[in-house]
Amino acid sequence: MNSLVEAWLKAAVLEVQEYVKLQIATVRSIFSRPFYFRDVVEQFDQIGIGSMTVVLMAGFFTGAVLVLQTGITLDKFGARPFVGQIVSASFVKELGPVLAGLMLAGRVGSGIAAELGSMVVTDQISALRALGTDPIRKLVVPRVLAGFFMAPVLTVLADALGIIGGWLVAAFQLRVPSGLYWTSIYDALYIQDAWMGLIKPFVLGYVIATVGCHVGLRTRGGTQGVGRATTNAVVASSVAVIAVDFFITRLLITLLF
Amino acid sequence: MTHPSNAAAAVEPDTSDQVVIVVDKVSLAFDDKVVLKNVSFTLKAGHTKVILGASGSGKSTILRLIVGLWKPDGGSIWINGARVDTMTEHQLMAVRDDIGMVFQEGALFDSLSVGENVGYKLYEQPGIPLDEVRRRVEQILGFMGLAKFIDRSPSELSGGQRRRVAIARAMAAKPRIILYDEATTGLDPITAITVDEEIVKLRDVEEVASIVVTHQLRDAFFVATHEAVQQNGDLRVIPANEQKTDEAEFIMLKDGVIEFEGNASELRASKDRYLRQFLS
Repeated sequence: MNSLVEAWLKAAVLEVQEYVKLQIATVRSIFSRPFYFRDVVEQFDQIGIGSMTVVLMAGFFTGAVLVLQTGITLDKFGARPFVGQIVSASFVKELGPVLAGLMLAGRVGSGIAAELGSMVVTDQISALRALGTDPIRKLVVPRVLAGFFMAPVLTVLADALGIIGGWLVAAFQLRVPSGLYWTSIYDALYIQDAWMGLIKPFVLGYVIATVGCHVGLRTRGGTQGVGRATTNAVVASSVAVIAVDFFITRLLITLLF
Repeated sequence: MTHPSNAAAAVEPDTSDQVVIVVDKVSLAFDDKVVLKNVSFTLKAGHTKVILGASGSGKSTILRLIVGLWKPDGGSIWINGARVDTMTEHQLMAVRDDIGMVFQEGALFDSLSVGENVGYKLYEQPGIPLDEVRRRVEQILGFMGLAKFIDRSPSELSGGQRRRVAIARAMAAKPRIILYDEATTGLDPITAITVDEEIVKLRDVEEVASIVVTHQLRDAFFVATHEAVQQNGDLRVIPANEQKTDEAEFIMLKDGVIEFEGNASELRASKDRYLRQFLS
């Protein structure tokens, strides 16, 4: 029993160590040559533009259902017209970043782990090193930069689509006057909420990309291993998104308010 | 009084006998499993080293240690006079400039075309114009009869074609050492011979020092007993004379230890029981 716990602990500490080493190497590589600019642009396209559909749809329907549900509850207090405030505050501060983060964890986290994992098991990573290329610079840096910069962009778009989805439900189902809806959206937002909603996605995007790369590069065991790595990446980055979100929120509340 | 043979003119240092790789008492173990133990050998320019052994005997591990993908637990490795087992990844990049490696199954980058794969190292170097790289890639693929695949994806090629593209990629930057990791394993006999002929041509035409790791005896003996010569303007691979055959050295590994070391005739004549079993 003891040796099982010991083995598990050792494995956990090793994972953390390797993850930290990867991040240090990545940050160092961002600020030194060679820098693979073309690969960065390619990843911005794949991770950013490629994830738009899923993030926007998630945002839109979540906004719609949020207004639907909240509208009904607010009725009890005769406060249906204020449904816009609830949507904007919760979406911009929490739902937008976390929702976009979870969608990205699923799509981007799995994609990165699968791609890098396949390269590991087919010796392509060894081939890269033997040919004189640093896999961190060529593969990890572009993905991390793409996650870091594209997550906020996607989050803002998700927020916008969420609010629009909410408006459609508010206007056509709940019969809330559009002017009132849009004004209450604006009224409920404090500048600190906007800051929170913009800073969080940077961190979440970074976490998703680094976790995906870490898990992908540590894949072992052929095609089964790639499958395992993909699943682990999605689970780990999803949990990380939710956990990190809590700690960031705590930190930002202290800093901003 | 000068002995008649001393009266011969001073000979220039024969660079074809220059030692390029020295593996000195190298050992490696993963936890309890010993992969290599006290393995030592040297390789000269333009010569061939064939490393034979059953699966799991440590053959591929030696290649990975030489190119610096792994570090040995003990012993030292010297390439072109520089000690590589203590180098950082960054320092190894300069050493790897002179080494080409052909991986088992090819390990081609499937997100790139065949031409981009072959020219990979050249494209990475700043200062070489893109059309010059393309020309060189076309030249190499033409040399191997694969020119028409230059813009195709590796997934569209057969196993044998992929191995040959992998060889093309390894030699594109004109390294003086090429390491072949099970280059013909899993191929049909005809394709395997084609790959063997490429190895022989590279060794004899470009004076490349080669380490061929394999468990296929037929291919090991083919590489040792054939040479590439220009005949009527064509490059042909023909059976070699005894002197040339003796330039190929065989090493047989068993459980990470060198069981046999010698040339092709010594291997055939050996009375060692494991060897006879392996050779039968």
